[in-house]
Amino acid sequence: MRNPGAANRITGIAVVAIIAGMVGLSFAAIPLYRAFCAATGYGGTPKIGVATAPGGDGRTIRVRFNADVNPGLPWTFAPDIVEVTVPLGEDNLASYHAHNKSSRPVTGVALYNITPERAAKYFHKTACFCFNEQTLEPGQDMSFPLSFWVDPEIARDPNTANVGSITLSYVFYTALDDAAKSGALAKAGPHVGAKITN
Amino acid sequence: MADTTHGHAHGHDDAHGHDHHDHKPGFVARWFFSTNHKDIGTLYLIFAVVGGLVGGVLSEIMRAQLQFPNNHIVTDGQQWNTIITTHGLLMIFFSVMPALIGGFGNWFIPLMIGAPDMAFPRLNNISFWLLPPAFVLICIGLFMGESGSGWTLYPPLSNATYEHGMGMDCTLFALHLAGASSLLGAMNFITTIFNMRAPGMTMHKLPLFIWAELVTAWLLVLSVPVLAGAITMLICDRNFGTAFFDPQGGGDPVLFQHLFWFFGHPEVYIMILPGFGIISHVISTFSKKPIFGYLGMVYAMVGIGVVGFVVWAHHMYLSGMDVDTRAYFMGATMVIAVPTGVKIFSWIATMWGGSIEFKTPMLWAIGFLFVFTIGGVTGVVCANAGIDESIHNTYYVIAHFHYVLSLGAVFSIFCGFYYWIGKMSGRQYPEFWGRVHFWLFFLGVNLTFFPQHFLGLSGMPRRYPDYPDAFAGWNYVSSVGAYISGVSTLVFLYVCFKTFTSKAPVADNYWGEGATTLEWTQTSPPAFHTYSELPRIL
Repeated sequence: MRNPGAANRITGIAVVAIIAGMVGLSFAAIPLYRAFCAATGYGGTPKIGVATAPGGDGRTIRVRFNADVNPGLPWTFAPDIVEVTVPLGEDNLASYHAHNKSSRPVTGVALYNITPERAAKYFHKTACFCFNEQTLEPGQDMSFPLSFWVDPEIARDPNTANVGSITLSYVFYTALDDAAKSGALAKAGPHVGAKITN
Repeated sequence: MADTTHGHAHGHDDAHGHDHHDHKPGFVARWFFSTNHKDIGTLYLIFAVVGGLVGGVLSEIMRAQLQFPNNHIVTDGQQWNTIITTHGLLMIFFSVMPALIGGFGNWFIPLMIGAPDMAFPRLNNISFWLLPPAFVLICIGLFMGESGSGWTLYPPLSNATYEHGMGMDCTLFALHLAGASSLLGAMNFITTIFNMRAPGMTMHKLPLFIWAELVTAWLLVLSVPVLAGAITMLICDRNFGTAFFDPQGGGDPVLFQHLFWFFGHPEVYIMILPGFGIISHVISTFSKKPIFGYLGMVYAMVGIGVVGFVVWAHHMYLSGMDVDTRAYFMGATMVIAVPTGVKIFSWIATMWGGSIEFKTPMLWAIGFLFVFTIGGVTGVVCANAGIDESIHNTYYVIAHFHYVLSLGAVFSIFCGFYYWIGKMSGRQYPEFWGRVHFWLFFLGVNLTFFPQHFLGLSGMPRRYPDYPDAFAGWNYVSSVGAYISGVSTLVFLYVCFKTFTSKAPVADNYWGEGATTLEWTQTSPPAFHTYSELPRIL
């Protein structure tokens, strides 16, 4: 190597470009992860969209409804029916109800998933209150409908053929904007683990 | 390995060098504005010793706490969490990495490939000087008692709800600085090794240590930016109201685990690969044979590096993955045992029929083979998703990764220290005290970590400051082992003292015929500037 200066510069720049690319990829991981979950049902992500139910062959599956509320959200939230047996391949309606216990308007957002996770890719939601943030006025009661169907493929896929019941779970959180406005994040409370005494 | 002793460089630098271009700058210019790879390497090594001592004191506190049941030393759970977090981060980022990569890497990459210095000497200086501020930041996190997330920094443990203090932010920024330092170093290493090899030194004649550093540098370049991205998002979640990992805003905490381990798994190879390089040279030198299966050794390291990027989720078997995903990660993980096995068997084959001399570096190298093999075997056990269901986050895992890292990587650091300290300082280390250091350390760490397998298998979870009385016996043994290791560290400091006050001069190639790489053609210590005339490799 008589004069490695130029070669060094090229290699150096190439390495910097790779570093920049990897930083970019780590941020790209956020939407990619979301897309991956939506495409594969990973983490119990159901299918979202307007695809119409294909019609079934008379077989049925049990669907259970679960509801949780983050302690930071002053609501009650529960399903109207805890469990229902539905025909595969046909549209179904279910509903939840919520009540704002506080004296101010509160905006919540619901996160959801499917258990068992491997069944998620056969669970289609066509309309759901969880697609948008929901605002309840002080003391307001609200009924939240959702419409879904379960793909008959679920009975033919060897991975899911033995799934007899699917649990659809919702957790309602205070919407982040709302939480920031009311200062709920700042008052999140003392951290766990301080002063263990025994 | 390439026979590189026939270079022309022998002694020239020294003979001509002292008068003309071996004048060293003054103290401040030499050490604070240093652009000399040997000085920067020395700074890194000193830094690694400091980081290791602080991390070591923390581990002694931990073992003292766990010596008996009932919290009796660290009575505050948050303080305990902070201590274990800082111990892990210090040992990884401020001791093992600076020693193996910054220290030995900077010292010996130019010397072994016949280059006058690193490709970007000023960058090299920045790379080192980013570390002391990072160290200060991490100590702030420690002393404020506000960085108790565990070294894996998982949200929600590390988010504003559970760690709302500034100390956690300091720790995260410390990792940013340490990461930037590693990236600049890696960039320097890659460029130097690609472009500045002496004439005739082809890639397939590169000494194994250089290959190890090259693969390590690539792992750094590909993995550390992902950590940087993840902790940037974490800092934003904590301070600027974003929700990358907060379900409240549609984020997912499990995504952090994926990002972290996409960095974290290559990171464990980053810590061990340079050690592989050192062990190869030492075993070859003290068996007076070239390394068995040079190309196999090279491509085993490359293979470990490549496969190391596609196994990360074996740290997350219990995060809710389905069975197919776990089966893949389990299989991919076990595949790594193959190139690792190639290396272990090649080292043994190198010793086979060799004229073995049990000097201190060789003791450390054989000690490395012993502990690394134990750690490797328990690694295959942990890789099984089914078994991991019951041993996940228990002391079995602690024992496993301390056998490969705290024992494996640290044995290789000491191995390199005894192998090269004569070359670096021009002074002879005390052989007797080196052996005492080895045997005390070997006894101490095995006594510390072997019983932790039993504790883990009986279900003792990691990261707790206390345990039920049933675990008292082995915990006591483990703590006694930690104290013995502590004493051996004092012996190491005494060895350093004896070495640096020793008057005995050492020869250029004090290990004799077994040591065939280019650094042995230089004087001990090498001239301030080496290879102003490039050696030619036959």
